[in-house]
Amino acid sequence: MNELRRLPVWHSVRIGLIGGVIMLYICLVGMVEVFGRSDIIERVISLGQVLLLLTGLGAGYLAARRAGEPTNALTVLISGVVAGGLTGGLLTGLVVIGSVVNLRAVFINASPALYNALTLGAGPNGAWIPLVGGAALGLVAALFCLLPRRVRQSIVNGLVGVLLAGLFSGLLRVILAARPGWSAELGRFLFASEGLTLAGALLFFILAGGLALLWSQSQATVRERITRLPEAQRKTLRWAMLGLAVILILIFPQISGAFIAQVIVLVGIFALMGLGLNITLGMAGLFDLGFVAFFAISAYTVGLLTSTGEHGIAQWSWWAAAPVGVLLAMIAGAFFGLPVLGIRGDYLAIATLGFGEIVRLLVGSDFLRPWLGGSFGILAIPKPWIGNLELAGPQQIYYLAVFGAVLVAFVAVRLRDSRLGRAWMAIREDEDVAEALGINLVQTKLLAYMLGGAFAGLGGAIFAALVGSIFPHSMNLLVSVNVVALLIVGGMGSIPGVIVGAFALIGLPELFREFDEYRYLLYGIALIAMMLAKPEGLWPSAAIRRELHTDETDETETNPGSSSTVPAS
Amino acid sequence: MYTSLTEKLIDWSIALYLWGFRIIVVLIVVIGTVLTLIGGKYNSQQWIDFVVFGIAQGSIYALIALGYTMVYGILRMINFAHGEIFMSGAFSAYFVASALEQSGFLDQNPLVALVLIMLVAMAASTGIALLVERVAYRPLRQAPRLVPLISAIGASFFLQYTFRGLFGPGVYAYPVVELLQGEWTFFGINILKAQVVVTIAAVLMMLGLYTIVMRTKIGKAMRAVSEDKATAALMGINVDRVIVTTFALGAAMAGVAGVLYALVFRQVNFFMGFVPGIKAFTSAVLGGVGNIPGAMLGGLFLGIFESLGPALFLESLGIVAPYQLKDAIAFTMLVLVLIFRPSGILGEKLTAKKA
Repeated sequence: MNELRRLPVWHSVRIGLIGGVIMLYICLVGMVEVFGRSDIIERVISLGQVLLLLTGLGAGYLAARRAGEPTNALTVLISGVVAGGLTGGLLTGLVVIGSVVNLRAVFINASPALYNALTLGAGPNGAWIPLVGGAALGLVAALFCLLPRRVRQSIVNGLVGVLLAGLFSGLLRVILAARPGWSAELGRFLFASEGLTLAGALLFFILAGGLALLWSQSQATVRERITRLPEAQRKTLRWAMLGLAVILILIFPQISGAFIAQVIVLVGIFALMGLGLNITLGMAGLFDLGFVAFFAISAYTVGLLTSTGEHGIAQWSWWAAAPVGVLLAMIAGAFFGLPVLGIRGDYLAIATLGFGEIVRLLVGSDFLRPWLGGSFGILAIPKPWIGNLELAGPQQIYYLAVFGAVLVAFVAVRLRDSRLGRAWMAIREDEDVAEALGINLVQTKLLAYMLGGAFAGLGGAIFAALVGSIFPHSMNLLVSVNVVALLIVGGMGSIPGVIVGAFALIGLPELFREFDEYRYLLYGIALIAMMLAKPEGLWPSAAIRRELHTDETDETETNPGSSSTVPAS
Repeated sequence: MYTSLTEKLIDWSIALYLWGFRIIVVLIVVIGTVLTLIGGKYNSQQWIDFVVFGIAQGSIYALIALGYTMVYGILRMINFAHGEIFMSGAFSAYFVASALEQSGFLDQNPLVALVLIMLVAMAASTGIALLVERVAYRPLRQAPRLVPLISAIGASFFLQYTFRGLFGPGVYAYPVVELLQGEWTFFGINILKAQVVVTIAAVLMMLGLYTIVMRTKIGKAMRAVSEDKATAALMGINVDRVIVTTFALGAAMAGVAGVLYALVFRQVNFFMGFVPGIKAFTSAVLGGVGNIPGAMLGGLFLGIFESLGPALFLESLGIVAPYQLKDAIAFTMLVLVLIFRPSGILGEKLTAKKA
């Protein structure tokens, strides 16, 4: 075994096998079929095929790069071909086995359609196709490896540009087609009914590749020119950028249409909740996995107070009901916070998870059905009005959500920089020391729960207005997990991070509704990958970045072998 | 020390609130129970059925809880994906069971077949648990505590939806084992055979595990690592291997629990791991996390409480459809234990470092 490991080809075999297992996984989990339904370039390549190609190319590239340093071009090519071939070879094995045994009895996706897709329509007779195709991909990847760095980078950028354009082609097409004239013409030129046209793909490739090349060359000079500007002009530039951003945000729903506006409203609602949890968890370090409780309490309060349906009790306007909802959420924060004040760490997470589930079970139960509607929920919640203007659809509620998010973000920034904010962070770092420094733990923690609950309550109130009806099943644990995850992915304790996280975890999955089946699968992979690669989040706050960075250096010092157990060849 | 009046007021109101909390819970339980017993809606056979069902279910919770407790004892980490490990055991056993049923083996040699099914479930659960440990937990062992917890939540999603993708979103019905149909009568009490077998199997597994932890060398090493990792490493214990063994043992228990659960409820689904997972964690907390007999006791306690609760003290309070609130009882119990006795029934006093 050890003899074998010393051979240079060992790495290629290993990478090829891992790549092959990933490919098998992609096939059997059904991604090839579902993702195959949406074309990146019309009738040329689908997203499912892109996934398979990328896996093959990736395996070839990694193997080739490993072989690259000390040896010659021939070894690089051979490594690439071996890894790619093995990756494809496992698929060949799948097709061969699948044509003999009925794998479908266990794996529901091992269908003849899958085998046809893998063999380009040839069926079991074409079982060699994935093997040869994989080897060819490995060869391409190895050749790519030998190109100069600059060329490599522009090719990658170009391809990423095409991929993104293809992924968002549906949305872009709709936006362009909304206005007749040159815009619709451009839309027809770039986008087919499904995916990009060939010409469009070419254009995007050249554009993305070229622009990236230009930017990488001129980036330094542009930066330098900006820093050389006098202070007054720099200030004007900044204000101009800010003004531009505000105008863009204001006219956005009119450009984008109702669907995207709805997505943004959801992102806004989750950003509100994220900002709330950012106080309890990000600043004060109190892990709350039952955040949905506050959301639910406020949404149900608003629903009950405003509904014109059978469960409505007051028929108030939204503007009168929302503050009550927020207030009740805040009080609930205190009530849930009080008993768990003494609980720390993971236990707190589980206790709050229990609270969240209790609230969900209660609102959905037949016991409270005469008052809360049970599993049928509360219907007929009227939309908010501003004067004579009804915030009827997502395009109007958008403004409510954006206003709420901006308001809450402002409050959050002010809180963070206040005495209270510093007290929270002290508690997060070390409770005992914080107490010794004279911080009143009970009051400070309670305030964190209450304010966090209030923010989530505002999210719930806007949600009630957006949807117009509330059901217990939209108050499940996934909401809480989503909020925690967006906070983590965005960067704990960082306010812009929350917004970024909300776009990444709520906005993107909403845009790709057709892949909804795989939403939480990809989500899980993203969470693990994020924790492994960048635990501080996409947009970390300065303090956390520093802290995690020192942790990493500690780890490499004390435990050098922990991350890679592969012996060097 | 100087404390202002408002602070004193806040302290008093907190104490009042907490006491109110306790009193309300006790009142609900006591009044409900008394009313039910006076009402006499259920006869003694029904009460015994509730208790026996509770014991069977509780012993399954206990088996799952062992995995939580052992991993928590060693890594101080909630293995959020453990419920999915349980699910994967039940799922893979389903395929073996239905294959054995189709070939007729299950009817001819039911005992051999059951043992075979359990072995497959143990193997599948263990394999998946080790994979998760290797990919999602081991690289994060030095990271701040929130990081592995999030990674575990990710692993839990990943496993659930992988099973959904591979085997479909439907509910699969487990094959019928003739041997376990019907009832046995002990001292004039009728008990479902499946529940007896499940309870006995669970108890045997737990005894086996207890022996491993208390009597073998690797068990000693596990106890040492859970006391103090660094010192254990200095004593020449391979910490990585001990951790892997812990995950493997916990997963094997979860795999068996999966099969037993499927024998009682006769169906498997990709989402089946979530609720038992949380309840098993509750059992672990109930018994005192890190404590193996505690997990067993906690599981049994939770199972019985949950099975008796709706009929015993909710129904007579005029609550419609009390069985919908079965899970709420379990969660309330979790919250109560965490608030009033965070160290659990058998647990040691948690120090700040461990909690």
